[in-house]
Amino acid sequence: MSWLSAVMLALNALWRSRIRAMLTALGVVIGVASVIAMVSVGAGAQKRIAAQLASMGTNSLVVRPGSMTRGGVRTGAGTKSTLSRADADAIRDLPGVVAVAPSIRTSAQVRYRGTNWGTAVEGVTPDFTQVRSWPVVEGEFLTEQQVNGAAHVCVLGQTVAHELFGIASPVGETIVMKGVACRIIGVLKEKGASAWGSDQDDSVFLPLTTVQRKLMGVTHVDRIEVETSSREVSFEVMKELKRLLSKRHRIAKDQPEDFRMYNRAELAQTSEESARVFTWLLGSIASVSLLVGGIGIMNIMLVSVTERTHEIGIRMALGARRRDILWQFLLEAIVLSGAGGIIGIILGIGGAIALSKFSQFPVSITPWSVVVAFLFAALVGIFFGLHPARKASHLQPIEALRYE
Amino acid sequence: MSSPIIEIKGMHKYYAMDGVQVHALRGIDLIVNEADFLAIMGPSGSGKSTLMNILGCLDILDEGSYFLNGQDVTHMDSDDLAILRNREIGFVFQSFNLLSRTSAIENVETPLIYAGVSRKERVERAEEILQRMGLGDRLHHMPNQLSGGQQQRVAIARALVTEPTLLLADEPTGNMDTATSQEIMDILCRLNEDEGLTILLITHEPEIAERAKRRHILRDGRLEKAI
Repeated sequence: MSWLSAVMLALNALWRSRIRAMLTALGVVIGVASVIAMVSVGAGAQKRIAAQLASMGTNSLVVRPGSMTRGGVRTGAGTKSTLSRADADAIRDLPGVVAVAPSIRTSAQVRYRGTNWGTAVEGVTPDFTQVRSWPVVEGEFLTEQQVNGAAHVCVLGQTVAHELFGIASPVGETIVMKGVACRIIGVLKEKGASAWGSDQDDSVFLPLTTVQRKLMGVTHVDRIEVETSSREVSFEVMKELKRLLSKRHRIAKDQPEDFRMYNRAELAQTSEESARVFTWLLGSIASVSLLVGGIGIMNIMLVSVTERTHEIGIRMALGARRRDILWQFLLEAIVLSGAGGIIGIILGIGGAIALSKFSQFPVSITPWSVVVAFLFAALVGIFFGLHPARKASHLQPIEALRYE
Repeated sequence: MSSPIIEIKGMHKYYAMDGVQVHALRGIDLIVNEADFLAIMGPSGSGKSTLMNILGCLDILDEGSYFLNGQDVTHMDSDDLAILRNREIGFVFQSFNLLSRTSAIENVETPLIYAGVSRKERVERAEEILQRMGLGDRLHHMPNQLSGGQQQRVAIARALVTEPTLLLADEPTGNMDTATSQEIMDILCRLNEDEGLTILLITHEPEIAERAKRRHILRDGRLEKAI
């Protein structure tokens, strides 16, 4: 029997009981559609997390001063003033380091003509834009010369620019904070809330030295952010950095360090891992419905074999071999699950798109989820079709013929 | 002279029924030559169906030997038997055994599908033979839209479309009134006389058996020549 005839036989048989065929395929349709929709939701969440991580700079380490112990009272991280700009310059020479951004942070009331706004003031260096992946949209950023010369210039975050200048351009204007007048040379791109919920755009950026000397009268820095060439390298850099700072700060082996380090790559890995687990979880819950759809196919095929026992007998008398009967029923199951798979793909993609339209939830349709869902559907057809088909092909011709 | 179509020697068949072994056929010898028309008669329970199943290669014998058209059927496996049924035997049953919800022409095409004949040739051969059976205007009718006589003619067409060496007719007129029975028997006789088709007919009606060339009676699992 040729393949074409075998497929035609299967299609004919399904067409003869088309309502039943459609209902049987529906189980697979729902299964495939839900796998695709659920995995798309998971992949969308994964993508959003990845985008957030990228905006944070995932190849970066943060060095902060250690805690201070005064008369037995330990005051917590960042309370010691041990880090300096010289530390940052030394870190820049480590292999694998791409950019180093020391910074110090305070708050101030910023005045412009008749209006004022309380905001954060950060002293930074030119590497800041790279380390935070945060470009300027208007004007330009602080230069090395401005940092070295403690120039009276500043760059505004979007929130500050909006509060003080409305829609007008602030570049070239002068603002005053803590009695220091600074000319505005640029505005940063909108950044949005941080992962911890604070408005990152509500900040003014000055040269590091200007904040240290003119605003605060100190020489230390609050933090040093280090960008490495890749996420993998960051772990190696972290070890080197620890050795370097211990040496520079003359810390003996058994003494506690006076600095702390955080690796954002670790955070990134954790978040990405949990997003992946989330996707797998959604996918596997949905694939249970695909399994149920497969059992539906087996159920109907078993009923069909019993109902058509007489037909099988006639076909055997007319010269159908066992494998002809096997293929006839197996092909019916495969056609059912294959057609269900194709319709399920269409519905699943449509459902994912509709979900993203109505719920604003990020959805990402991944080609592999479509391919895997379809292959899984086809496999379900073969797996659950095989048993009834074998049962049909092992009937004895005379008994099948006699069956009414 | 070529070998006989059917050559059976010392055939025995047992089967278990409700755990009791039944000795259904007790040493059958039978030779059917080409262009023969043999009727086998016998009361119910005489083993007619068992004999028919073995002759039709639907079942295998337990003892003895069976050659069909020179081929040893005795030890064939189920696939070889299927191929043999397809090539050598045409079946006509009492209950027609047409595939339901399947048109006359599709029914006739079915054995050709298993023979691996192309679709175009299948349609041509099926159409031609249905026309010979006087059903040229009923090609696409479903079995339930045809009368008993017409259904049996579709079944005969289906049996003949593979050009078999043997036509096995199991009570082909069992469900019919006298006129229709005669019509079907006319067709069988004509096939035997005009085309030299070998026919083995199983029936319990003497007037039907009358029309065959030879008659045997099956009694208690043994064949006797009828007077």
